[in-house]
Amino acid sequence: MEHIRFILIQNRAGKTRLAKWYMQFDDDEKQKLIEEVHAVVTVRDAKHTNFVEVISVADSLSVLQFRNFKIIYRRYAGLYFCICVDVNDNNLAYLEAIHNFVEVLNEYFHNVCELDLVFNFYKVYTVVDEMFLAGEIRETSQTKVLKQLLMLQSLE
Amino acid sequence: MRSCVLSVFLFHRGEGFSGLFLLAVASVTLNYVKEAEIKRINKELANIRSKFKGDKALDGYSKKKYVCKLLFIFLLGHDIDFGHMEAVNLLSSNRYTEKQIGYLFISVLVNSNSELIRLINNAIKNDLASRNPTFMGLALHCIASVGSREMAEAFAGEIPKVLVAGDTMDSVKQSAALCLLRLYRTSPDLVPMGDWTSRVVHLLNDQHLGVVTAATSLITTLAQKNPEEFKTSVSLAVSRLSRIVTSASTDLQDYTYYFVPAPWLSVKLLRLLQCYPPPEDPAVRGRLTECLETILNKAQEPPKSKKVQHSNAKNAVLFEAISLIIHHDSEPNLLVRACNQLGQFLQHRETNLRYLALESMCTLASSEFSHEAVKTHIETVINALKTERDVSVRQRAVDLLYAMCDRSNAPQIVAEMLSYLETADYSIREEIVLKVAILAEKYAVDYTWYVDTILNLIRIAGDYVSEEVWYRVIQIVINRDDVQGYAAKTVFEALQAPACHENLVKVGGYILGEFGNLIAGDPRSSPLIQFNLLHSKFHLCSVPTRALLLSTYIKFVNLFPEVKPTIQDVLRSDSQLRNADVELQQRAVEYLRLSTVASTDILATVLEEMPPFPERESSILAKLKKKKGPSTVTDLEDTKRERSVDVNGGPEPAPASTSAMSTPSPSADLLGLGAAPPAPAGPPPSSGGGGLLVDVFSDSASVVAPLAPGSEDNFARFVCKNNGGGLLFFNREMMCVKKWFLFLLGRMFIFYGNKTSTQFLNFTPTLICSDELQPNILGFITKPVDPTVEGGAQVQQVVNIECVSDFTEAPVLNIQFRYGGTFQNVSVQLPITLNKFFQPTEMASQDFFQRWKQLSNPQQEVQNIFKAKHPMDTEVTKAKIIGFGSALLEEVDPNPANFVGAGIIHTKTTQIGCLLRLEPNLQAQMYRLTLRTSKEAVSQRLCELLSAQF
Repeated sequence: MEHIRFILIQNRAGKTRLAKWYMQFDDDEKQKLIEEVHAVVTVRDAKHTNFVEVISVADSLSVLQFRNFKIIYRRYAGLYFCICVDVNDNNLAYLEAIHNFVEVLNEYFHNVCELDLVFNFYKVYTVVDEMFLAGEIRETSQTKVLKQLLMLQSLE
Repeated sequence: MRSCVLSVFLFHRGEGFSGLFLLAVASVTLNYVKEAEIKRINKELANIRSKFKGDKALDGYSKKKYVCKLLFIFLLGHDIDFGHMEAVNLLSSNRYTEKQIGYLFISVLVNSNSELIRLINNAIKNDLASRNPTFMGLALHCIASVGSREMAEAFAGEIPKVLVAGDTMDSVKQSAALCLLRLYRTSPDLVPMGDWTSRVVHLLNDQHLGVVTAATSLITTLAQKNPEEFKTSVSLAVSRLSRIVTSASTDLQDYTYYFVPAPWLSVKLLRLLQCYPPPEDPAVRGRLTECLETILNKAQEPPKSKKVQHSNAKNAVLFEAISLIIHHDSEPNLLVRACNQLGQFLQHRETNLRYLALESMCTLASSEFSHEAVKTHIETVINALKTERDVSVRQRAVDLLYAMCDRSNAPQIVAEMLSYLETADYSIREEIVLKVAILAEKYAVDYTWYVDTILNLIRIAGDYVSEEVWYRVIQIVINRDDVQGYAAKTVFEALQAPACHENLVKVGGYILGEFGNLIAGDPRSSPLIQFNLLHSKFHLCSVPTRALLLSTYIKFVNLFPEVKPTIQDVLRSDSQLRNADVELQQRAVEYLRLSTVASTDILATVLEEMPPFPERESSILAKLKKKKGPSTVTDLEDTKRERSVDVNGGPEPAPASTSAMSTPSPSADLLGLGAAPPAPAGPPPSSGGGGLLVDVFSDSASVVAPLAPGSEDNFARFVCKNNGGGLLFFNREMMCVKKWFLFLLGRMFIFYGNKTSTQFLNFTPTLICSDELQPNILGFITKPVDPTVEGGAQVQQVVNIECVSDFTEAPVLNIQFRYGGTFQNVSVQLPITLNKFFQPTEMASQDFFQRWKQLSNPQQEVQNIFKAKHPMDTEVTKAKIIGFGSALLEEVDPNPANFVGAGIIHTKTTQIGCLLRLEPNLQAQMYRLTLRTSKEAVSQRLCELLSAQF
């Protein structure tokens, strides 16, 4: 069953700015995944693809390890937006899902910067939930998402 | 690390928690700042705690503020052990912001505290019933994030109703669909199919594309498990897709992304269609074909925008369409068009597209319709191997070359892979070695080419040539007599190089030991020259290789009597006879003795040429599958078969475990050679103590017990002996010894010796397997022996052993014969224990404990505390653990006195990972042994066997 395993936003120093998990991981596994993603993503440059296959730590129950996850990532200034999906998932669809998400954040926070994500972490979770739910793409229309976000903001 | 962030930050707004934020933003690792952060946070936590505990009831706003702060502190990476109750209280607030923070806290810090779960579920229930779409949304998002079984129990019945109710708002429908999907994933048994399913399918027709997007994900997942129930979704998905792809770029307004109409929905619909075979209804099928053609046509049109977003979105749909075309594998025209399109991408300036094209073409290569079309791109792919900067792209190029390889291009592809291997990244060398070895074997018309290729592999990347590979070349040479002379000549020449890889010495030693006689006629490779050449490498080699060379030497004694004195001199030297390594010493002693006392007949029998190996799946292919995961090894036959299962048998995913699957397809014949590699040990009949040979040739044996004397003791003796030989039992009349080579398939050589001067008549050995109906361990006698055994004669029999599943009772060898008018009946249990099927696994400390932790289920662990029966010597213990078959892992256990080991039990049906830990207590003269494996019976059995050894 293919779906998003987690979404991570990290800065270049490896600080996590958002982590949304769509699968059961224990705290150690989460930490290991966060470090692993940071290690594999930050060494890559423009000549590399936006996709990295990783050996899962969560699946280490079997002594044999299979390549079953991949990270699809995109870098915006000092931030890496990473989505972890099944190896069979559509790379470009998730690559553009990241961009769609970033455009919504940019619109919502009026030129989003790293600090916006830190200050307004609870709003960022709301944006994520509007666009991705249960590891699936929920809504792709920027207009619809922003309309909903503004409606919720008016309730504050 | 960047303290400059601090200064930027000082000017930033903050509503009361700026101190905390300040520390959060500064990703500073300087210790004093770290300490300051912890201090500041502890102060803040104390403050919040006192607020929560205070007499004054907090108003909703303050409660929200503090819960939010706690959440923030948690997200900074600090533990939070309070505030859950306050968060739950927020759920019942009527203010959106308070409710939202409450739900967020619950979603992020899931707590399985049952009392709270009840309260949380209650709040969710109220919100679901509130008819307030905002609150319903929050509640659904919380369920979708937590997705616990308790929640499934509480809401799996309710959510389908929300989903299909006529008056539900669109945004709530979207959330409900995905919420249900999450519950179905975690607890499918709690989501019964029902009337709602047909209404869910009709959501594919919904006006709101967001609802369709969410519903498509739900339907895809449900259809994978219940294909019949959701069959009607095919035609609906096709017509929806058709409307999208034929729409003008402005028709879909909000859902058009950089001029591409609803790209994500299109991808999802195409994935849904991959759950099913091509539509049977010709109209639907025609419409789908049109859609796919339109998508392929659009790829050829000039782009509507230069932005990468446009091309990515468009190509996301294109790649998914190609996946569907490959999945259907029924329209040659579409398959070839897909291949041409991917061919263009192979030279695209975007690395992403080149990567994806290589990946996608790999699956196209396995379709009979497009295999030829894929092959036309060979030069581009080879070029990618040489020029791509990203190793993962080169890796895909290797995969594709492997997939497109057939008899026509094998020499070129193998040559290119070999030349790439010289500069390849270390991370992928082993895999390339395996691939080259498989292709060379599979497409060898001329086995001299195969031998050359493997020797080249060893020359170029000897360190990456695993045992499987060099075992395999030996198996093939042994099984094909047309190549034996050439192999002997070639290894002889290769060994002339002043510095050659140890693996070459192994192969060379083995092959010359078996077939050196085939080139001995040439004075340039006379027996003495062969021996001197091998022996010149001896001192540079590791112990296992030296052991193998000693076996070669004793084989030379049989093949070339003229070098016997030279070899005996070597064996007799102190560096052999008194070697510190027990194995080497023992071999030297026994071989020397054998060469001295045995007659030429006996030598010829004992040192006979290896018999051919049974035909089985290639151990190399099994290894590659193991390495890459079954789905990524593209084998034409395998893929075809899996795919046809897929189409006929519904959308069940392709079989996951193929490592145990044999490949009975015609072209895999050669791959299917025995999976049993010869053990490095040569074939002498004894390493179980020099006494054996004395038994054979002297009359001093005085044991009289007629039936299986001391069988049990013997049994225990063999447990920790790795592939050695030894005496099974003997009595005055007869003896029987065994010798085996074990890995996945065991082979035991049994020698029966008639020690009397009288004939044995009606001599019939039979094998009895423990459970005749469903044996877990099988033994096969390959060929019956002559019923008459002359006095003083020795006969040999080969028994093949196959481990089907874990077992405790070994097969019993029953021997009946008539001797001097009396009927003799002897039974002996073959010393085959489960650990004989061990393959050692090396791993680092971290991995070991990770796996150890994973096997923490009480049924997986078996522990035994017992008194030492033998002196507690560290080196002996180590040797026993290694002899038991597991890897001995050094520097893993924090206590250096303890021993830990790891290995995999290979059985025909499964592979079982095993971890073990032995803790000696010298003072008490006790051991504690702990076994953890994924199977209780295995843990139990291994623990019993190993405990008895100390």
